[in-house]
Amino acid sequence: MEKTEIKKSALRIGEDGLEKKSASRRLEVLKTYKIFIGGQFPRTESGRYYVPVNNRGKKLANVCLSSRKDFRDAVAAARAAFPGWSGRAAFNRGQILYRMAEMLEGRKAQFIEELMQQDASRKKAEREVNLSVDRLIYYAGWCDKYQQLFSAVNPVASSHFNFSVPEPTGVVSIIAPQQDSLLGLVSVIAAAITGGNTCVVLASETKPLCSITFAEVLGTSDLPAGVVNMLTGKLTELSPWFVDHMDVNATVFCEADPETQQRMRERSALNLKRICFYDRIDWYSNAGQSPYFIMDLQEIKTTWHPIEEIAGSGSGY
Amino acid sequence: MPATRKKQSKGNTLRLKFDTSWSYAPAPESRTAASFRARYELFINGEWQQPLSKKYFDTINPATEERLSEIAEAGAADVDRAVRAARTAYDKVWRRMPAKERAKYIYRIARMIQERAREFAIIESLDGGKPIRESRDFDVPTAANHFFYYAGWADKLEYAFPNRGTEPLGVAGQIIPWNFPLLMAAWKIAPALATGNTVVLKPAETTPLTALKLAELLQEADLPPGVVNIVTGAGATGAAIVNHPDIDKIAFTGSTEVGKIIQRAIAGTKKKATLELGGKAANIIFEDAPLDQAVEGVINGIYFNQGHVCCAGSRLYVQESVAKEVIRKLRDRIETLIVGDPLDKNTDIGAINSRQQLETIEKYLSIGKKEGAEMYQSSCPLPGRGYWCRPTIFTNVAQSNRIAQEEIFGPVLAVLTFRTDDEVIEKANNSPYGLSAGVWTDKGSKIFNMTRRMRAGVVWANTFNKFDPSSPFGGYKESGYGREGGLHGLLPYLNLVG
Repeated sequence: MEKTEIKKSALRIGEDGLEKKSASRRLEVLKTYKIFIGGQFPRTESGRYYVPVNNRGKKLANVCLSSRKDFRDAVAAARAAFPGWSGRAAFNRGQILYRMAEMLEGRKAQFIEELMQQDASRKKAEREVNLSVDRLIYYAGWCDKYQQLFSAVNPVASSHFNFSVPEPTGVVSIIAPQQDSLLGLVSVIAAAITGGNTCVVLASETKPLCSITFAEVLGTSDLPAGVVNMLTGKLTELSPWFVDHMDVNATVFCEADPETQQRMRERSALNLKRICFYDRIDWYSNAGQSPYFIMDLQEIKTTWHPIEEIAGSGSGY
Repeated sequence: MPATRKKQSKGNTLRLKFDTSWSYAPAPESRTAASFRARYELFINGEWQQPLSKKYFDTINPATEERLSEIAEAGAADVDRAVRAARTAYDKVWRRMPAKERAKYIYRIARMIQERAREFAIIESLDGGKPIRESRDFDVPTAANHFFYYAGWADKLEYAFPNRGTEPLGVAGQIIPWNFPLLMAAWKIAPALATGNTVVLKPAETTPLTALKLAELLQEADLPPGVVNIVTGAGATGAAIVNHPDIDKIAFTGSTEVGKIIQRAIAGTKKKATLELGGKAANIIFEDAPLDQAVEGVINGIYFNQGHVCCAGSRLYVQESVAKEVIRKLRDRIETLIVGDPLDKNTDIGAINSRQQLETIEKYLSIGKKEGAEMYQSSCPLPGRGYWCRPTIFTNVAQSNRIAQEEIFGPVLAVLTFRTDDEVIEKANNSPYGLSAGVWTDKGSKIFNMTRRMRAGVVWANTFNKFDPSSPFGGYKESGYGREGGLHGLLPYLNLVG
C-alpha cells in the first residue's frame, strides 16, 4: 500500500481541489475507509481494495472492494435488525432521523472537504451538504405521518371493523445514485428507513468517501445496529447479488442503464422482490423527496374483525 | 343438520349422532333460468368476431363432464386485433370522455349484472363447478358491487393521492383464473375502466362463459366498442397478451409459477404489472379462542369453493392444549358437508374445476401419506361422473412437509400444533407466500399483536374469507404485489403526476 502518496488535508483545501500545504510539518493521520455492517466497521472479508481517483488524477483513498460475502453478511445484519426497527414507535424513528440531521450538520465541514476532494466546487459541496441535512429533517417529519395519509378504515358492507395500513416491506438492497457522493445516498436511505425498513447500501463507486463518513454519522445517531449497512465496491460485480438474494424484499437501483434494469427485473422474479428504478430523479429538487418514495417500499395490510350485532348496532364502523 | 337425537356426554360438549334416517331431498336450481350459446366467438371492438386462428375449444361442466359450449381460441393475430381496438378506443373515446360519464357506464354494468344475477349464478356453477349457493350469494353480488364501488371513483381521482394528479396507463392486458371467473373479471375490469384505461381480458380456458355473458351485457349497456375486449384461449393466448408491445399494463391473477414467468417476460419493457398469486395461509387457533366459531371459520376457510381459493386457510395451527378437541370437532363437521351437484342448493362442496386439478390434488394426497401425515376424509357419497374430492384433513403434519409448504388448491387441510406465541408466529411466517392469515382468540390485545406479526396482505381475526369492494386485497412476498379493492386498488392502473 502506498499510504505515503495519498495525502489528505486535515487543514485546508484550495479552490482547485488541491490541498494547501500547511506551514507545520505535522504528519496527518489518514482515515481507513472501512465498510459498515451491523453497526460496526469491519474491513471487507475479501481483503481487497480499490483506489478511486478524482478528475485531477488524485488518488482518494484505499477503499474496500466489497465482496458477495460482505453483502450476505450485511443482509443477515439487516434482517436481524428489522423486527426491532419496524417495531419502534414511529415517533421514535422520527427522533432518530432528526438526530442524524443534527450529527450531519455538526460535521458539515468534514463533508464539504470530502466532496471537494471528489471534484465538487466549494459552493456545490455546501449546497449538497445543506440539502442532505434538510432532507433528513424532511423525512424525520414524515415518520409518524405518512401512515395517516395512506391508511384507510374501509366501510365494508358486512358487520366488520376493517382497516388497511402500510407496513415496511422488510430488507431493501439499495444501489445508491452513482453520480453523487452524498445527497442521492442520503435520499434513498432516508425514504427506506423512515418507513421502517432496514437496508444494505452500495455507495457510488467513483465517489465513495462520503458514504463511509455518513456511516459514522449513523453510528452516533442512536440508529440501531444493522438498520443501515454500507458497502463500497464495484457496481457491476455486486449488483447481481443485490437483486438475487432470496432474503431481500426489495431492490432500489438509480442508474439509467436499460440492460441492467432488464436483468434486475428478470432476476427479481426469483422471489418476486419489489424493484424500484429511480433513474430520472433530480435529487437536488423537490422532486427528490416525497412520501411516495416511502410508500414504494411499503406493503398494504388489511385486517378484519367481526362486530357483534348486539344492542341495535348495525354493520360497519 | 340432520341430527335427531343428541347424546349428552359427561363434559359440556354435545356428541352429535349422524346415523339418523333424515336425508336431504334434492333442491336443484333450474337450468332454464339461464341461457348461453352453443358457440362463442371473440368479443373484439364491441362485436363478435371469428378467430383468425380458426380454432375452437370446448368448455365442459366439471360435475357431469358434458360439453357446454364451443369457444373461440384467440391466436396472436386475434390478440393484436383486440389490442388495437383497445388502443383506438382509449385514444379516441375513453380518455376523452368526461369522468362522470365514464362512471355512468360502469354503474350501468353493475345494475345490469344485478338484473341478471340468477342467470350469471347458474352459468358460473355450470361452467366452474362451484355450488349454486356460493355463486348466487357470493360471487355474483360481490362482482356487481365491485363495479358499483369503482364507478363512484371515476370522477374523484384528484382526491385519491395527496399532492399528485393521476393519468391512466392506457391499455391493460388482464388474465384471470378459473376459481372465481365473474368476480375476477369484475376485480380487473372495474378499476381499469374507472381510472380511464381500456381492457383486453382473457378468462381462464376452463371457465370462459360468464366473461362472455358479461360481454353480451356490455353490448347491451352500450359500452363504446373496444373499451373492453374479451379474448378466450389458454396459455398461448395469455402469452400473446403479455408479450404484445402495445400493452401498457399487465394484471394477472393465478399461480406463483406463472406470475414469475410474466415478471421475467416483461423485464426490459416499460410495462407495469400487478400480480395476485398463490398462498398457503396459516389459520391459527389459540386455546382461548371461541372453539365452535373457530372450527366453523376453519371449515369455511378451506372448504369454501372446494378450496380453490388463493387465500384459503390451508394450514391450521392449533394450540396443543385444545388440539384434540378441535380436531374432533373438525372431523365431525366435515362429516356433515355435502359433496354433490353444484346446482343443488343443498350442496356444500361442488366439483373440482377440471380433471387436471383433481389429479394435482390426488398427487398431494399421496405425497401427504408418504410424508407420514395421517389422512382423514369424510364418508359422504360422491356422484358418478364428474371430478370430485371429499373434504380431507391431514394431522400429524410437520412444518417442512410438502403438504404444509406447497399450495394444493383443493379441499385439503393440513393440521399442525404449537405451544407458544413466538413459535406459531415463526411457523406461520415460514413460507414463501404471504397472502392471508387467520387468528382465532378471544383476547383483544392478543388479536392485534398477532395480526401485526403475520406477514400477509390480508389478516382475518375471528373470521375468515371475507371480501368487500372497498377492502384492499393482495399479497406479501411470493403471493404477489399490488392491491385490488378500495382506495389502494386504484394505484395499479394510474400514473401519479406532478
